[in-house]
Amino acid sequence: MTSKTSTYDLYAKQFDRLPSTGPEWLSAFRQRGIDSFSMLGFPTSRKDNERWKYTNLGPLANAAFGYAERPGTVDAGLLKALAPSSDDWVQLVFVDGHYAPEHSTNGHAGNGVVVGRIGDTDGLSLNGVGERLGSLASLESDGFTALNTAFATDGAVVKVSPGGSAPTVQLVYVTTEHGEAIATHPRALVIAGEGSECTVVESYVGVGESTYFTNSVSEIILEDGAQVEHYRLMMDSPNAFHIGSTPVRMAEDSTFNSLSFARGGRVARNGLHVMLDAPGSKCVVGGLYFTYGTQHIDNHIVIDHLKPQTGSDLYFKGILDDRSRAVFSGGVIVHPNAQKSEAYQKDQNLLLSEGARINTKPMLEIYADDIQATHGATAGAVADEAIFYMRSRGIDENTARDLLVHGFAKEIIDRVSLEPLREYLDGLFADGLPGAGAKHSEGGKSRG
Amino acid sequence: MLEINNLHVEVNATGILKGIDLTVKAGEVHAIMGPNGSGKSTLANAVAGRPGYDVTEGDILFEGESILGWIPDQRARAGLFLAMQYPVELPGVRNRQFLKAALDALREERGEDELSAREFDTLYRKRVAEIGMSEDLSRRNVNEGFSGGEKKRNEILQMAVLEPRLALLDETDSGLDIDALRTVADGVNSYRSPDNAMLLVTHYQRILDYVTPDYVHVLVDGRIIRSGGKDLALELEEKGYDWIVQEAAVVRSG
Repeated sequence: MTSKTSTYDLYAKQFDRLPSTGPEWLSAFRQRGIDSFSMLGFPTSRKDNERWKYTNLGPLANAAFGYAERPGTVDAGLLKALAPSSDDWVQLVFVDGHYAPEHSTNGHAGNGVVVGRIGDTDGLSLNGVGERLGSLASLESDGFTALNTAFATDGAVVKVSPGGSAPTVQLVYVTTEHGEAIATHPRALVIAGEGSECTVVESYVGVGESTYFTNSVSEIILEDGAQVEHYRLMMDSPNAFHIGSTPVRMAEDSTFNSLSFARGGRVARNGLHVMLDAPGSKCVVGGLYFTYGTQHIDNHIVIDHLKPQTGSDLYFKGILDDRSRAVFSGGVIVHPNAQKSEAYQKDQNLLLSEGARINTKPMLEIYADDIQATHGATAGAVADEAIFYMRSRGIDENTARDLLVHGFAKEIIDRVSLEPLREYLDGLFADGLPGAGAKHSEGGKSRG
Repeated sequence: MLEINNLHVEVNATGILKGIDLTVKAGEVHAIMGPNGSGKSTLANAVAGRPGYDVTEGDILFEGESILGWIPDQRARAGLFLAMQYPVELPGVRNRQFLKAALDALREERGEDELSAREFDTLYRKRVAEIGMSEDLSRRNVNEGFSGGEKKRNEILQMAVLEPRLALLDETDSGLDIDALRTVADGVNSYRSPDNAMLLVTHYQRILDYVTPDYVHVLVDGRIIRSGGKDLALELEEKGYDWIVQEAAVVRSG
């Protein structure tokens, strides 16, 4: 089958069936999305192959994902287990692509902070959303953003007024188990006004081992002096397809601290593009990815140093077991105008099995002459001498390995400043690599 | 407690130990001395079961049972402990967490319940204070950023918490300043009891100023060429290893 045409037809039919609600600009915006998708389709190995070199999108393009007319049910207990939170956080929850009011604190407004929905901008002081939505996520960049835009009937808006200080906002996207595999297209827009502070957590979770497609776009705009702390949790089902795109634009003296945690899926992509667009803007981007079985995670990070005195610091860690595969691509570009900038990046990987594979590609493109930059990547197995050291104290080999895996992950987890989140992540690694426990629990303590 | 019979060990297919016989009884401290490359550390590592130390002949009995087929952690759970010459750093693993996991494993083997976090903390703090280790170090990741002396002190702390029946101390004294050496020696002395035993592998006589061994064995070229009381160590200190090596060569060729 010619995948481009049939894929387009599939989504075009779903698009046509969607009710046209919300403001007029949104309908026009979505129409531009579907038009663009009709021309672009999904990237393939022939076109746009550098950006998708290590991630085969064939299975995604050839699969027929449905649209969930109605959301499945998620009870509060399950939700809390999937996406830990605190009572003083503001939370918007979307289940199978639909806003879930029973789990959400929509319409939160106070201290100059508005948390609302893209499709429901009337009652809230969300003027300007129409102009800002899509200002960073280019419809021309790839078919995924175009497709997401076509389905952006709803989504989350976090807007912090100048000088405002927001409570922690968590956006939760749950995909439940359905008879057929469904696609959702989560959309978020974060606008941090001049001198404001906010913390945003994006949690993408799948229930059970369901097959689904999450195609998310989150645009984050930082105005002068804004400080944004951002977390992105990709806790997908092992059979999930998840393509995530997070474009970020930073104004003067703003700071963006972002941490991602991804356990991979059938195909998972954590895309982040930071534009350091004014002097003094600085980002620190960390990430931990951990895969087992045949999971796949592709971290695609692009940092554009566009102006002088900008800073970027990337530190990623990966833990891979079985025959899983991970990609780290860090493209840091220091443009000619970006003198006196600093750019650092490193990626460290722990390979727990000979079948696991990492493609790590930290890249620096430097067009300015007065800058400081370093980059590096490592990949290795658990050190034998560390294992023996622990065994010589009576700790069995599997427990020793688990302790070292936990220790390796901890360096990233300890950077999480939100306690419920840090405890949850730390708990995930208490017995080593999450999900791989079943295999390791047998044997080890027996007298050999 | 420990009985080594005609032990031959190869490392990377090179013969290092060429027939060791040694018996250590409960309550005894044995010092193994010898020049560099004589096989002292190989002996300690082979007893602990370090991978890569292949026993090609002979046997090691612990409490009357051959342990050659035992994996290292099994030996440790049976009551063996190796204080390493080069303690390993464990990134991200807290010292307290590490020792709790080890003690849990030992207690499980003995059919005892795990200590609660509070019980363990009480024990741990007591031992930390006895060893004179700073609280700060004890909260850090295992050996990460520790000085050489601090690492060796941490080995002694582990020994004090885990209370092995037989402790193998592999050059725990080398590279220590006099204060650290005293701490290590104090730890060894206070650990000494009629129920346990110690094998002290050392290049220098220095630590024997503080720890009085019951027996001293001189290991040269993979063989114990002489055994004696604590005076043998003093003789070695005075005359060096050469005389004893030459004497042994004469005996063997004659």
